[in-house]
Amino acid sequence: MAVFLELLVNGISVGAVYALIALGFVVIFKATEVVNFTHASLLLAGGYVIARLHPLIGFWAALAAGIAAAALVGALVEFLILRRAHVGSRGVLAIVTIGVDILLTTELTRRIGTEVLALGDPWGDRVLRLGPVTVAETRVVALAVAAALIVAFLLAFKFTGWGVAMRATAEDAETAALMGVRLGRVSLSAWAVAGALAAVAAMFLCVFPTPGLDRGTAAAAMKAFPAAILGGLDSTTGALAGGLIVGVTETLMSGYQSELAFLGRGIGDAAPFLVMIVILLLRPSGLFGTKEPARV
Amino acid sequence: MSGEAGPETGGPRSEGPRITDPEKTVGLEIRGLEVRYGPVRALRGVHLSVPGGAVAAVLGANGAGKTTLLRAVSGTLRFHRGAITSGTVAFGGSRLDGVPAAAVVRRGVVQVPEGRRVFARMTVAENLRAGALGVPGRLAATARERVLDLFPVLAERAHQRAGLLSGGEQQMLAIGRALMAGPSLLLLDEPTLGLAPLMAARIADTVRQINAQGTSVLLVEQNAAMALALAERAYVLEVGEVALSGPAADLAASDEVRRRYLGVGATHSDRPVGTDSGPTPEEHERPARHERTRLARWTA
Ligand SMILES: Nc1ncnc2c1ncn2[C@@H]1O[C@H](COP(=O)(O)OP(=O)(O)O)[C@@H](O)[C@H]1O
Ligand SMILES: [Mg+2]
Repeated sequence: MAVFLELLVNGISVGAVYALIALGFVVIFKATEVVNFTHASLLLAGGYVIARLHPLIGFWAALAAGIAAAALVGALVEFLILRRAHVGSRGVLAIVTIGVDILLTTELTRRIGTEVLALGDPWGDRVLRLGPVTVAETRVVALAVAAALIVAFLLAFKFTGWGVAMRATAEDAETAALMGVRLGRVSLSAWAVAGALAAVAAMFLCVFPTPGLDRGTAAAAMKAFPAAILGGLDSTTGALAGGLIVGVTETLMSGYQSELAFLGRGIGDAAPFLVMIVILLLRPSGLFGTKEPARV
Repeated sequence: MSGEAGPETGGPRSEGPRITDPEKTVGLEIRGLEVRYGPVRALRGVHLSVPGGAVAAVLGANGAGKTTLLRAVSGTLRFHRGAITSGTVAFGGSRLDGVPAAAVVRRGVVQVPEGRRVFARMTVAENLRAGALGVPGRLAATARERVLDLFPVLAERAHQRAGLLSGGEQQMLAIGRALMAGPSLLLLDEPTLGLAPLMAARIADTVRQINAQGTSVLLVEQNAAMALALAERAYVLEVGEVALSGPAADLAASDEVRRRYLGVGATHSDRPVGTDSGPTPEEHERPARHERTRLARWTA
């Protein structure tokens, strides 16, 4: 039972981090109807800046710099590439984002090389004991921070002018423009916000018990794709649910790997994608979505 | 309302850029407008003006180019892969053609789109808030007061999803949302389409009221009787060209318009007849009294 509870808490914590990534993914889709495959490299960029800067300026300043850098990279991708790619189809735009992702990831992994970069976080490998349950401090912080960011984001989405502009654009871009909404700004801000959230997620994906940032980090970030898609690409609620489902499934599957040996090794890594496929077979637009990715 | 007293700015002015003379440029001036959607030419040689404070009506059958005309003014042609290929659109003396939609709103020209297009997943209050996104926030409070005064039902429904409103209420919301930007010129695209006669009359009253508060109106309608009763000037579009134009009262009295847009032999107090019959092949009989009853043929 204690094992199950530990796995569950860890799963929820990892899931909350995935939800941060998925949320950015969903925001970009809502604002621009583009499926953004550049997301993993935005995350890697944020993590890379934190890893390189923390020895020089300390963890917190490096974290701020990483968040700003990932937001900037996101905004630049939007401004320099997607805004100028006058292709008619969203599908082609999605492929453009894959191209950008490959370019960015290749450059970043070349810079990282075979190193494993520590992020210099203040939590280290400390653990918290709550009765029989032992959880890494990083996991608790990740859960609290991700939850706070998600709540702040949802409140902004609901109540600020920015949020109203985002939702209006998501529902009907032409009519939003008729209300004086500058669609370019909406799209730019969506990419910047997504980048910033991805950088925070990068930090939590690379701290204990993960050894640090390495070339495999982008692959970890890829698990947020099934989270966003199974939740429903255009639903913020879906991003949260999807992130939690993916995090918990993955953690439980990995935790009970010996019992699940018949499924083969590495089932934890494959689980998010399996869950996504099953859910999409049952509900093509995801759990909370209204638009099917195929129609994009 | 300025009635017929307004200066005749719509006439075929001898050419030359009319950017100067601010006295006469307060209002909308469309000159020699041609619009294409790829190879399809939807408008050509259209001249139209809405003097400051006036109501102008544009009549015409389905596909005549009425919506295209409004898109050319509001800067939304690009959403439909259309473009202005010739001619100019100016408001208050400065050019609107080539200006992005959001900037047109900031110049004081706001369009209520065809088919209302309220944000169905947002509440009524959020829709109104969306209407004020393009202008400084401090203006929103007074604008909201004006809107809720015109449409008290929107206050009652403030927290309902807009998608759940009736057609008439959605039209009120669409107009109210546009007024949130405090426009000096309101573009209305078939506001009474699909509404019951009583609700249509209600909308007509509101348009009159909005105009009385100082907002100019360019009204696109298939309901010719209503539009001609509201407007000082009217234009009839046929297959992308202005076929008739003149004081609304004169058009309402003309045999041509009465036969084709108000129903044969009808007086304009009668129920309007739809215009779906489309352009008839016969020659236009031009009512003698109208100054600019002509087929516009302008090419740049
Ligand atoms: N997006 C578009 N692409 C191509 N042609 C269009 C488009 N929108 C309108 N048209 C054409 O332009 C003409 C005018 O259409 P429209 O302005 O919608 O007329 P109305 O509003 O008077 O019914 C029609 O022939 C229509 O087929
Ligand atoms: Mg139309």
